[in-house]
Amino acid sequence: MLARAQDPFRFYTRLHLSELTGLRATTIPQLLEIIKEVPGASIYHHTHRFLQQHQYLSPEPPNDFAYWICEVLGEDMLGEMLASIDTIQYGTIRDLREKIVATIEAYLKSNPTAKMKFARQGEEFHFVKSVSFVLPTEYVAYDLKEFAEVLKKITIESIYFHVFEARLRLERSSNDFAFWIETSLGDRALAEQITKFDPYTLTLENLRRMLVGIIERRIAS
Amino acid sequence: MAKIEDYAPLVGQFVIDDLRLLADRLKGKVVQHINSTSVGGGVAEILHRMVPLLRELGVDTRWDLIKGGAQFFDVTKKFHNVLHGRVEEITQRDFDIFMETSQINIDEVHIHGDIVFVHDPQPIALIRKKQDNKWVWRCHIDVSEPNKKVWDFLMDFISLYHAAVFSAPSFSRRLPIRQFLIAPSIDPLSDKNKDLPQEVINGVLAKYGIVRDKPIVTQISRFDKLKDPVGVIEAFLQVKKYIDCQLILAGGSATDDPEGAKVFQEVMEKSKKNKDIHILLLPQNDIEVNALQRASDVILQKSLREGFGLTVSEALWKAKPVVASNVGGIPLQIKHKYSGLLCHSVDGAAFAIKQLLNSPDYARKLGENGREHIRNNFLLTRHLKDYMLLFLSLYHQEDLVYL
Repeated sequence: MLARAQDPFRFYTRLHLSELTGLRATTIPQLLEIIKEVPGASIYHHTHRFLQQHQYLSPEPPNDFAYWICEVLGEDMLGEMLASIDTIQYGTIRDLREKIVATIEAYLKSNPTAKMKFARQGEEFHFVKSVSFVLPTEYVAYDLKEFAEVLKKITIESIYFHVFEARLRLERSSNDFAFWIETSLGDRALAEQITKFDPYTLTLENLRRMLVGIIERRIAS
Repeated sequence: MAKIEDYAPLVGQFVIDDLRLLADRLKGKVVQHINSTSVGGGVAEILHRMVPLLRELGVDTRWDLIKGGAQFFDVTKKFHNVLHGRVEEITQRDFDIFMETSQINIDEVHIHGDIVFVHDPQPIALIRKKQDNKWVWRCHIDVSEPNKKVWDFLMDFISLYHAAVFSAPSFSRRLPIRQFLIAPSIDPLSDKNKDLPQEVINGVLAKYGIVRDKPIVTQISRFDKLKDPVGVIEAFLQVKKYIDCQLILAGGSATDDPEGAKVFQEVMEKSKKNKDIHILLLPQNDIEVNALQRASDVILQKSLREGFGLTVSEALWKAKPVVASNVGGIPLQIKHKYSGLLCHSVDGAAFAIKQLLNSPDYARKLGENGREHIRNNFLLTRHLKDYMLLFLSLYHQEDLVYL
């Protein structure tokens, strides 16, 4: 007999629009200064865009700063350091921004010549920010079986919202799925399983498959 | 005309469901598009497909045109050219002509939209009719290096809008109003992009006397210096030294453009005596363009400058390996070595073509990745979603909006 929640899980979807800031950088010091000042929505955009644009694979390092520093300025080591920032460890955009700033500052201190590199005309870094619209969908789930069925068919934007955006941008302690499974279904073991993997290294469709797999195995057991 | 549900097999039912959710939030609002022509050009092409789909979704969408004589459109063409970076003289008389026609349109065009969506510079002065409705200016032009005189003139109008929309981040600059990034799109169900039976493809090749006995490299674009057709031939000739292949250079007529006619002459000169170079002066025939793209082994877009370069999306949607210049909106469509190859020169283009022709598995993988990238980011359904979000954003200033 599957546990049935009193309060169902309501699936929301989230759609985003890119807003241009008009800010651009041609060197790493310029990039650094702007990173310190731009709205959190811009840091969020440049560290999460790849997930949305490359749902079928992840060709870019998981943030635009790393990609630009590697591919345009040729500072591979700093690029790698930024790409490998473990985003899942940071609970807020503020913390993530501080980590990015600290990484760049430390690198520039030990590699001052990196400050001299300029992007060619047309290859500047352009700061964009994400405006997110959150909407309720018609889908709700009272138990794990219903939950898995909805996960299979819901818009990928919904999974994206509950796993990434709710945690980092709304500063919730874990992803929404794990929170509901633990607090409404009382299944802490499953909740832990769902928070344990690094979603940033999966494509969104693989993330969907993995979540469905974990929940279906739990139902079967 | 395609219905919204016809797109579900291509993009997933959930994408269509999201569009319906957004459309529900726009119930009761009238969206009025205004541009300068109902035929020809990319803006009219996209509106012809979007307006019926928005209406089907339940968004009350209208489309109105401004009027103007030959003199007015000569001036706006000049504006277009210099905003694109071309050097032409702009006189006070040009601005006067622009304002005279604009004033007539301000007097005559009936504004009835809650949201008024003005496309490109021609109708830009209508903003003087702004009341308590929302106004958006959609710039379809590459304004990364605009003529300052014309841009400053336009800025007097742009700054009165509630928001502006650009196609690529590099086209943006600091503005006193909100500005959004919305890339254009292709329609996967249009004649230019829909699947074609092999007989149709063979028929088009036969019509132009092209035999598929060696790999085909193709560039589709009008004979314009900025599309660098001469550079395409030079790259092809470098490849041809090592790989037996053929080139198709196909594009629209250049008769109304003296410079285009000169470029066409140069292309003919450069290609004569080479039976493996096919120069096709195509009439406006989307099925033929589609067939030529589908018949190709590698597609080239060696532009020196691009507004966006949707021919790249068209080729990638057909899962073709593409070699294209790293300009305008092209790097948004191609991620180098993942969904195509970017180049900066004739030599670079030649090298990339050789790579792709010699490594068909690699070429196939790039093409497949490219198709998925287009599916996620450059189809009409994404464009519809962005436009509806744009309309909603006019009523919300925050970065995180609960609807």
